[in-house]
Amino acid sequence: MKPIFEYTKGMTEMPTHYCPGCTHGIAHRVIMEVLDEMGQLGNTIGVAPIGCSVMAHQYMNVDMCEAAHGRAPAVASGIRRVHPDKIVFTYQGDGDLASIGTGEIIHAAVRGEKFTTFFINNGIYGMTGGQMAPTTLIGQKSTTSQDGRSKELNGMPVKMSEMLATIDGAVYVERVALDSPAHIRQAKKAVRKAFEIQQKGLGFTLIEFLSTCPTNWGMTPVKALDWVRNNVMAYYPLGVMKEPTEVEKA
Amino acid sequence: MSTYKMFFAGSGGQGVLLMGQIITYAAMLEGKEATFLPSYGPEMRGGTANCTVVVSDKPVSCPLIYEADIAVVMNLPSMDKFEPMVKPGGFLFYNESIIDRKPNRDDIKAVAVDLADRSAKLGNDKVANMVMLGEVVRGTGVVQVETVFKVFEKVFSGRKAALIPLNKQAFMGE
Amino acid sequence: MTTDKVLMKGNEAFAEAAIRGGARLYFGYPITPQSEVPEYMSRELPKHGGCFVQAESELGAINMAYGAGAAGGTVFISSSSPGIALMQEGMSFLCSAEVPLLAMNVSRGGPGIGGIQPGQADYFQVTRGGGNGDYRIPVFAPSSIQEAVDLLYEGTELAQYWRNPIMVLADGMIGQMMEPVLLPDFKPVPTPHEIAGLRDWACTGYDDRGGDQNRRVVKSLRMQPEKLEEHVEKLFRKYAQAEKELVRYETENLKGAEVVFVAFGTTARICREACEILAEEGIKAGLIRPISLWPFPNKAFDEIDFGTTKAVISAELSMGQMMTDVQIALNGRLPVYLAHRTGGMVPTSPEVAARAKAVLEGLK
Repeated sequence: MKPIFEYTKGMTEMPTHYCPGCTHGIAHRVIMEVLDEMGQLGNTIGVAPIGCSVMAHQYMNVDMCEAAHGRAPAVASGIRRVHPDKIVFTYQGDGDLASIGTGEIIHAAVRGEKFTTFFINNGIYGMTGGQMAPTTLIGQKSTTSQDGRSKELNGMPVKMSEMLATIDGAVYVERVALDSPAHIRQAKKAVRKAFEIQQKGLGFTLIEFLSTCPTNWGMTPVKALDWVRNNVMAYYPLGVMKEPTEVEKA
Repeated sequence: MSTYKMFFAGSGGQGVLLMGQIITYAAMLEGKEATFLPSYGPEMRGGTANCTVVVSDKPVSCPLIYEADIAVVMNLPSMDKFEPMVKPGGFLFYNESIIDRKPNRDDIKAVAVDLADRSAKLGNDKVANMVMLGEVVRGTGVVQVETVFKVFEKVFSGRKAALIPLNKQAFMGE
Repeated sequence: MTTDKVLMKGNEAFAEAAIRGGARLYFGYPITPQSEVPEYMSRELPKHGGCFVQAESELGAINMAYGAGAAGGTVFISSSSPGIALMQEGMSFLCSAEVPLLAMNVSRGGPGIGGIQPGQADYFQVTRGGGNGDYRIPVFAPSSIQEAVDLLYEGTELAQYWRNPIMVLADGMIGQMMEPVLLPDFKPVPTPHEIAGLRDWACTGYDDRGGDQNRRVVKSLRMQPEKLEEHVEKLFRKYAQAEKELVRYETENLKGAEVVFVAFGTTARICREACEILAEEGIKAGLIRPISLWPFPNKAFDEIDFGTTKAVISAELSMGQMMTDVQIALNGRLPVYLAHRTGGMVPTSPEVAARAKAVLEGLK
């Protein structure tokens, strides 16, 4: 009998700790499935962050190194210097990448570091219990913006992908979403493209995943997906911010 | 000889640190123990510069000195600061071209060197520090003249090798 | 081993010693008085097939070092006091994750941004650690450029053996001075694909491990307290062994001494000269020079001539930070006094000798 669905070898068989309806699991699977399909699981080193995905190193079935909060791009830069012919990636949330780790991510992009960053943007600090993130939308409630995020007090949500795309060393930046099968298929294409560009040594690559946090948003999983479609995408539009030309790719 | 403790002081650009380094280098080539300690500060150019050098037959216990057998001062502030720190009977070499006073002490051997005049005669005011270094080495015997010439071969290598004859001439007071 | 001494500035000799010891990765950020180290590394490392990265901050530098160390590279970093403070988050991580690193602190005066002149007020920072949690870092304090070179050369191996950061603490004076130095031979360096076999914990990707698909994970997270306690207990069994094996010190003239100085680094050299000054005046003074600051050489204090010695003086460029360890080592056997300057001020040997005389006079 032909199996129609299987575990990917890219994931360990350990049950994840993620809440029901959280899209971290989908993001993990998309990334690791691509590495499996590329035959690169034994040739890859991943860097896990601090945040909800702090235990990603238990689920992703490759050699993994855990980084301090925000420092994953620095850690990956170090790994890449030792193993210039391996695939290296970081997996970071919005608190990790867009707040405490801004220095590290910007300068990794400036140096054109040849690794790929997967940026999980769910607009909230999940692990610590739903505090405001740099990406929390205006008016969105969190435990540290209980009347909703205010522009006067907190400024507008930061657009990391748009910012990073202005940096010469960042060669491929795309924002994808995980709210529908079509978007997940698109996400998978983007992940593969990022790894292929990394293997060509063209520069820094980043894929931003618009993700959900039903628990801390106080929504059902289905409502959370609606929120991504109706509210998050309005401020954080999907699409390619930057990609290498065909000449550069050849 | 057991130990020579030395100060070299002047303003930035007078080649004070190079004098100290050459003595230290020469001492090493002679198999002696030596330390060179520059003052360091935020000023990258100009300002004051000084260094201490200790040359000894035995391991140098302390590179930091509070009195000197030899003080070499290239400007007035350096003279004011380091003259009192020369040991009785020690040497004070001073640049009389720009230091408009005589030493205050009579218990030290003061050597006035007219660096402006001497280097003008050599046609190059950049060798003033080598004129002074020659006076110090020949006047005190802290290291041998031949060893300093060996150091010149190492310090002035490549394109700078063309400068060796002029530096030797300055050093020998010719 | 070459037999010819070369005249080198401390900071450049430190960098060269690390390269000869096998370090091929350096991550740094400029800070006085050690900026010659990154300058030298940027110029020399590429000639040896190594990598220099000027990091965006000391935070970036220590975390690059952590990543490179976790990947099995031989890593050297350097900074000065406030920069080392920024690196403490990383030090705590490296210790828990058991990642090797050779680190150099060319220390200056503090607190805060302080000044740029020599200081030893990082004693607590390096021996107690500024990072969180239960961990230890072996620290060695050379008093000459040659000793620093030898310690750094050995340090690359010590870091791998103990799988822990190893720190060499020099003050700005040793970094900035020049002394003749004998440089050791270059150690062999593994290729990237040899690392997996040599360092059986390093992240290399399992293709380099000949079909062994057991993943390697370098981490410090342990959410279950039982697991974390077990891990910390394991680390401390290692540290207990290090306390036995890494103690280093020198003693001078302890027999019959009336007073004994305890001093490391530059201050030890000043005290050595103070001993000579006191001897000329008929006062016998000895010196204990800790080379390892952690583990502190407690046993050196058993060599004191308790029949003749009346006082012990902790001489430091800090406000008595080491004195605490001296008191613990003596355990009440002798009174302990402090001879110090701080903020970048350095005492002269006659000042230290005068302090010893005053202490002895006060005890009469």
